[in-house]
Amino acid sequence: MSELRQKLLVLHLHTPDLNSSVVAWAMYDGTGEKRHTTGDSETPPYNSVMEAMRDGWRVIQFPQQFPAYPGMEYHTSYLRFEYILEKLEEI
Amino acid sequence: MIDKKYLLTTEQMANFVADGYLRFDKLISDELNKAAHEEMESGVIVRGRGGTVLNDVWDDDSAVGKVFGTPEVQGIIQSLVGENPLYDHHAVHIVRPQNDIGQIWHADAIIDLRMHFDIQFFYFSHDTPREMGGTMILPGSHYRRVCETDIARYQNFLGQLPIACEAGTLFVVHHGMWHCAQPNLTDQTRYMFKLRLNPTVRQCQLWNTDDIETAPIHGLLGRNHRWYGNDVRLEIVNRIKQWRFLIGDESFDVGYWMSRLENMPENAQEAA
Repeated sequence: MSELRQKLLVLHLHTPDLNSSVVAWAMYDGTGEKRHTTGDSETPPYNSVMEAMRDGWRVIQFPQQFPAYPGMEYHTSYLRFEYILEKLEEI
Repeated sequence: MIDKKYLLTTEQMANFVADGYLRFDKLISDELNKAAHEEMESGVIVRGRGGTVLNDVWDDDSAVGKVFGTPEVQGIIQSLVGENPLYDHHAVHIVRPQNDIGQIWHADAIIDLRMHFDIQFFYFSHDTPREMGGTMILPGSHYRRVCETDIARYQNFLGQLPIACEAGTLFVVHHGMWHCAQPNLTDQTRYMFKLRLNPTVRQCQLWNTDDIETAPIHGLLGRNHRWYGNDVRLEIVNRIKQWRFLIGDESFDVGYWMSRLENMPENAQEAA
């Protein structure tokens, strides 16, 4: 009997708009089929979150948006528009 | 003071501020590369104590000491952190053959709020083709405030730069640069020598400023890195602040980004 395992796709976008372009990406494969790692691709697997959704990925987390903390308005840190998507695959 | 022909130019300094790194291909001689490689393989390189004057760390017979004593490298050092920097630490980074997992992305040390900056050299003593790694850096990441491996969830960015190079190549990076060792799919061990240095003088116009009036500074400091997305304007503000610090001029601006924010008139309008 087959079981389901989760694949995660993390897409970082140019803006919060789900149609905007991907600037960074990561994949985590819970099926055990592949171990993704740093620097393993030069082009993103999809051009936008919408494109990934049309290929069957389900969005499971939106980035929340907060106003900058006082004094931190011009600081940069993590990539802010991070969407997490999943697929469930049989093993 | 070293001959100014060895110092960095204003254009190179602006590139360093915009990108967080400078690249020098095949800067070191084959003879020194072989000697330094042997020292790394045999593990004999003396380790200094953090805060030691760099020139006191290695004796005259040390190959890595000679690498960092060449006038070309001294010119880079003096331009960025002054004549007598402190040795912070060094590390011989080794990636064993047939290691197919990359190191996680990280920035060294911890969150560092200083406008004063340390530099790190990445020295490749042997040819390092892409299948051997080498170190991956993320141009333009150096002003991001992150604590070491907080960024480990990321894997790939538009514009990430794998250092594939020939023997004798040096990169010098700002201390905040995001980086990670890359897989080594060859049958040979890969070595990279990292050296961190601290300034002991105010970092203000230490380079060869002959081109300070002619270098295309505004264009260089306004450069985009594709992974920035919507944050590019904030990164330009970071660079303006760094350039003001480096040239000692608090009125410097790129475009009108800072001038607009700093325009807060307090004088009362006179009656007509």
